[in-house]
Amino acid sequence: MSTATEPVLGFDEALATYDPVMGLEVHVELGTATKMFCGCPTEFGAEPNTQTCPVCLGLPGALPVVNEKAVESAIRIGLALNCSIAPWCRFARKNYFYPDMPKNFQTSQYDEPIAFEGYLDVELDDGSTYRVEIERAHMEEDTGKSLHVGGSTGRIHGATHSLVDYNRAGIPLVEIVTKPMLGAGERAPEVAKAYVATLRDLLKALEVSDVKMEQGSMRCDVNLSLMPKGSAVLGTRTETKNVNSLRSVERAVRYEIGRHAAVLSGGGSITQETRHWHEDTGITTSGRPKSDADDYRYFPEPDLVPVAPAAETVEALRATLPEPPAERRRRLQTTWGYSDLEMRDVMNAGLVELVEETVAAGASPAAARKWWSGEIARRANTEGEDVPTYAERLGVTPAHVVELEGLVTAGRLNDSMARQAWEGVLDGEGTPTAVADARGLELVQDTGALEAAVDAVIAANPDVADKIRDGKVQAVGALIGQVMREMKGQADAGVARTIILERLGQA
Amino acid sequence: MADLTRADVAHLAGLARIDLSDAELDRMVGELGVILEAVATVQQAPIADVEPMSHPMPIVNVTRPDVVRPSLSPQDALAAAPETEQQRFSVPRILDEE
Ligand SMILES: [Zn+2]
Repeated sequence: MSTATEPVLGFDEALATYDPVMGLEVHVELGTATKMFCGCPTEFGAEPNTQTCPVCLGLPGALPVVNEKAVESAIRIGLALNCSIAPWCRFARKNYFYPDMPKNFQTSQYDEPIAFEGYLDVELDDGSTYRVEIERAHMEEDTGKSLHVGGSTGRIHGATHSLVDYNRAGIPLVEIVTKPMLGAGERAPEVAKAYVATLRDLLKALEVSDVKMEQGSMRCDVNLSLMPKGSAVLGTRTETKNVNSLRSVERAVRYEIGRHAAVLSGGGSITQETRHWHEDTGITTSGRPKSDADDYRYFPEPDLVPVAPAAETVEALRATLPEPPAERRRRLQTTWGYSDLEMRDVMNAGLVELVEETVAAGASPAAARKWWSGEIARRANTEGEDVPTYAERLGVTPAHVVELEGLVTAGRLNDSMARQAWEGVLDGEGTPTAVADARGLELVQDTGALEAAVDAVIAANPDVADKIRDGKVQAVGALIGQVMREMKGQADAGVARTIILERLGQA
Repeated sequence: MADLTRADVAHLAGLARIDLSDAELDRMVGELGVILEAVATVQQAPIADVEPMSHPMPIVNVTRPDVVRPSLSPQDALAAAPETEQQRFSVPRILDEE
């Protein structure tokens, strides 16, 4: 494998000459309790080889039986993607020799996918819509996990041997394949990212998967080719594997556009191959040459009978589909009273569910948005996590936001104190009330102390006081600042203002 | 059917991860060629009006509920493996692939 940096043409320069064509393949691990063809559990992070049986180990004589719920989930995914559902389809063996599959084949679907010919409308940042055509969504099974030992840092190069854990082998997957996406031009990276984000939201709403890209339950392969502007002939494509975050999808498309353009404009030609994405450096490197479908020697799986969902079954599943995310978003934006920009920020940060839960728990929409998109978003970004994952890991919940807002509306904390209390919550110091207690955050409710501070400040600033008496009310700001300093910040600035104005006859 | 070539056999050997010497390749071209020729007889069957079939019985939708059944113990799962390490199957390294 060559890790030498390849030449890359600038993005704008590349797009002046070429039109990018993308195709995205997304693998989703279904959230079923058991595997696709056997009753082994699917818990993430279990001890190695504790979730296997003769079926998923490919032992002789073992017979697979299809997981009913996995088929239902696949059909619901197909319906949500506006696909037709096959009235009759089969599984197929995809033959290849690699230790991540103990059977020496992967049970998949080939020319008879359960769902085909659909689309997903994707909203872009400027509010416009790009329609992604879906070619197919088919059922298959996941592979085992290999650990390469003897080399450096788990890489295969230099490894002496590999250790395989088959817990993941046989977990149900649905692979969703787009048709070639044309005409996105300079917005190709944005379209790719928006598509994966929209698909993720849809799958989440369907409750068919936990769609955690960082845990591999949603994985993305990016096919990309360039064609000279004005041409209608597709160029040679590369397939960049395992692009496993939204940001990486955007970066990988951008990088491959630049790399392809550099090769093509230098008179070279693109090799059809898989490419490895390197999250740390943001580049791709050459992998193995792409196998032809012929090389997999697909044939119908003889151990499984066809899947033939009755029309009534399909319609019953259609009735279980949730509100489409785009409609839901519009409804929530209206309910919450957010501007377009506010709503987009909340969506892009993956905060919709969190805000929804927080509002349901009793917070105002404004407070929910404010607290989930402030300090915690900054910290999550530093950790390279999204806010919901980060919050879950920290044990910070919607109830904390509700409590924090309650402390503000009850007059115990002002905004700056509330921020300190929130930081304490994020630092693991407990609930907002516990943090406020421990840090001594409390607006002074004793108006006697506040009135004394006001009198002292007025006495020390006779000129300013006179101006206010003469009607220059805006000068009050200077006095409020001094009162707050006197009170060491532990007073309500609004109350201080009222008292000052009262004292100077402007109430 | 087109004749099997030496390149075909070398390609198939690569997919099956079998190392064949030049002499073995030559022999396989001949032997596999004979087998293919014999099997090719089935292509003479009159199938123009016959639906393709992948399963002998006309049944569909054999499924099971999504209910966990006990897995093997890792000891049993690994019992037949020639080599194990860290409760995993130990396999030879795979060259130049990832
Ligand atoms: Zn199993």
